[in-house]
Amino acid sequence: MSKTLLEAKNITKTFGRGHVQVRAVDGVSLSLAGGELTLLMGPSGSGKTTLLSILGCMLTPGKGTLSVCGNSAEKARPERLAEIRRSHIGFIFQSYHLFPTLTAAENVQLALDIRGQNSRLAAEKSQKLLEKVGLTRKGAAFPREMSGGEQQRVAIARAIVADPSIILADEPTAALDANNGRAIMDILSELARHRNSAVLVVSHDSRVMPFADRIIYIEDGVLKGDEPTARTQRTGTRQRRN
Amino acid sequence: MPLSLTLALRNLFHDRLRFIATLIGIVFSVVLVLVQMGLYSGFGRMVTTMIDHAPTDFWIVSRGTNSMEDISQFDNDIRDKVLAIDGVAEAVPLVIGFSDWHLPEGGERTPVFIVGSNPETRGLQPWNVVEGAAKDLSTPGTVAVDRSYYGRLGISGMGSTAEINRHKVKVAAVTDGIRSFTTMPYVFSDLDAARTYLDLPSNKISQLLVRVKPGGDLNRVRRDIRSKLANVEVLTPREFRQRSRSFWLFSTGAGAALFAGVLLGVIVGTAILAQTLYANTKEHLPEFAALRAIGCSNRYILRVIRYQALLNAVIGLCLAGAIGAAVIYLTAKSALPIIITPLQAAGLVVLIVAMCMVSAIVAIARVVRIDPVMVLTR
Repeated sequence: MSKTLLEAKNITKTFGRGHVQVRAVDGVSLSLAGGELTLLMGPSGSGKTTLLSILGCMLTPGKGTLSVCGNSAEKARPERLAEIRRSHIGFIFQSYHLFPTLTAAENVQLALDIRGQNSRLAAEKSQKLLEKVGLTRKGAAFPREMSGGEQQRVAIARAIVADPSIILADEPTAALDANNGRAIMDILSELARHRNSAVLVVSHDSRVMPFADRIIYIEDGVLKGDEPTARTQRTGTRQRRN
Repeated sequence: MPLSLTLALRNLFHDRLRFIATLIGIVFSVVLVLVQMGLYSGFGRMVTTMIDHAPTDFWIVSRGTNSMEDISQFDNDIRDKVLAIDGVAEAVPLVIGFSDWHLPEGGERTPVFIVGSNPETRGLQPWNVVEGAAKDLSTPGTVAVDRSYYGRLGISGMGSTAEINRHKVKVAAVTDGIRSFTTMPYVFSDLDAARTYLDLPSNKISQLLVRVKPGGDLNRVRRDIRSKLANVEVLTPREFRQRSRSFWLFSTGAGAALFAGVLLGVIVGTAILAQTLYANTKEHLPEFAALRAIGCSNRYILRVIRYQALLNAVIGLCLAGAIGAAVIYLTAKSALPIIITPLQAAGLVVLIVAMCMVSAIVAIARVVRIDPVMVLTR
């Protein structure tokens, strides 16, 4: 059975007060295990982003507990949350958010530099990661010289260069065409399988469903479903959880 | 080069137009501060130029004298009392004051500052003499003027004649670079002639330069002079210099105006830099938020912003330094040269670096409030 890397229990998050109060996430409990690509789906305003922010230790829940690789995020201060993210979580964003003034290799290297890693080793590792995501010759290119798909690959390389146990991806294929979207999902799926990472993908895009081992549906801040996919049943990668 | 420094450098150069505008602002600010500081030192040095060139151990001046240009007088018999004190080698009288210079053919009057000293003594003689000699002033009716004042005095050089207080004078020596910080040219003459030009009685002097015998006890001589003379002060050149500077810089408001200029330069520079750093940070806010999202500490981001501020300071200082050096060179022979001492230069560097660091506060205040969640909503 794969190890549980992230565990959220009874997470609730409310915004606003009084009659304008909105409960964005309401009593959500879920866990993410290594080796599994989980898809979080739901309509706009369903609480996907809020839940992803909480699971990614960017937002603290109003109620409930969150444990990331054994570290409690409860009542943690911003710098402690940053430390948990730095140590255990890799992020991939819909808009890539690469520094336009840095090359592809430098953008990847930056993720190691903020961790205080030796710059020569960081440069070597960044180059290897770019090779791994199919950007061998793009290391010296600036984001403006790259396509959306290439930029998203750089963002993936940046997310995984520090070997995080958990990878959270927010609409990673939303800005990409079908071919690039498929290529990105192939990489994420491979990360889950070969690196034994827990990968959570938030998406509206039904094209990503075939890559998922598990799909979680959220609506009005409440989990409406958490099911293994046919792919899981076929490959047997997903283990039954409580 | 550390990646954080590369990032800071590239962020600065990314928008070249903004970077150039920032540099212009910084350079303007630094040059303004440099010029004001230089004027301060230049003015400070100009007001003491006579004191600096008088070879003496003590100045005896009337009580309450503010500066070299203070024209109060005392009796010459004080000189005999000073010479009677054990250890005193020489006591050289000076006569100074304001008079009018005009050409014999009814030309325009020009106020001048007369400096009278006996040419045979080691008093306050003209220096940097380029034509004639200081000793030539012993010839009655001769004066020494600086060649930079030919135009103002309406003369053409050596041998030119004019009148001071209705007495005919002839230029017998010409100096180079003895400029007054006021609009009045210095005119050097013999001691007695100076009294004539200033309508002073023959027993009056303005100051007394006292030299102590070699190996003499300066403090004891000073004490003895003080105990024997009333209504005069005994000042070392350093004390007289300090008093003159304080008077001209702080009692006249000139120093306050120069300080205001420095302050203005610092405020303008800080505001320009703060605005630029803030705009630059704001432009890259999504990327900084993404950095925060991937676990970057605030400290790292602050380092990038501080590097940006420092780079602005270094590049701005280099450019401003070159312009400042040109300004210093071009004003070297003017009435009010801009002078920057090594200490001032070091102070300027510290001031500009501090200014850049302070200007980064606004950007830092913005960046530490970044909510990493914003990257998920864009």
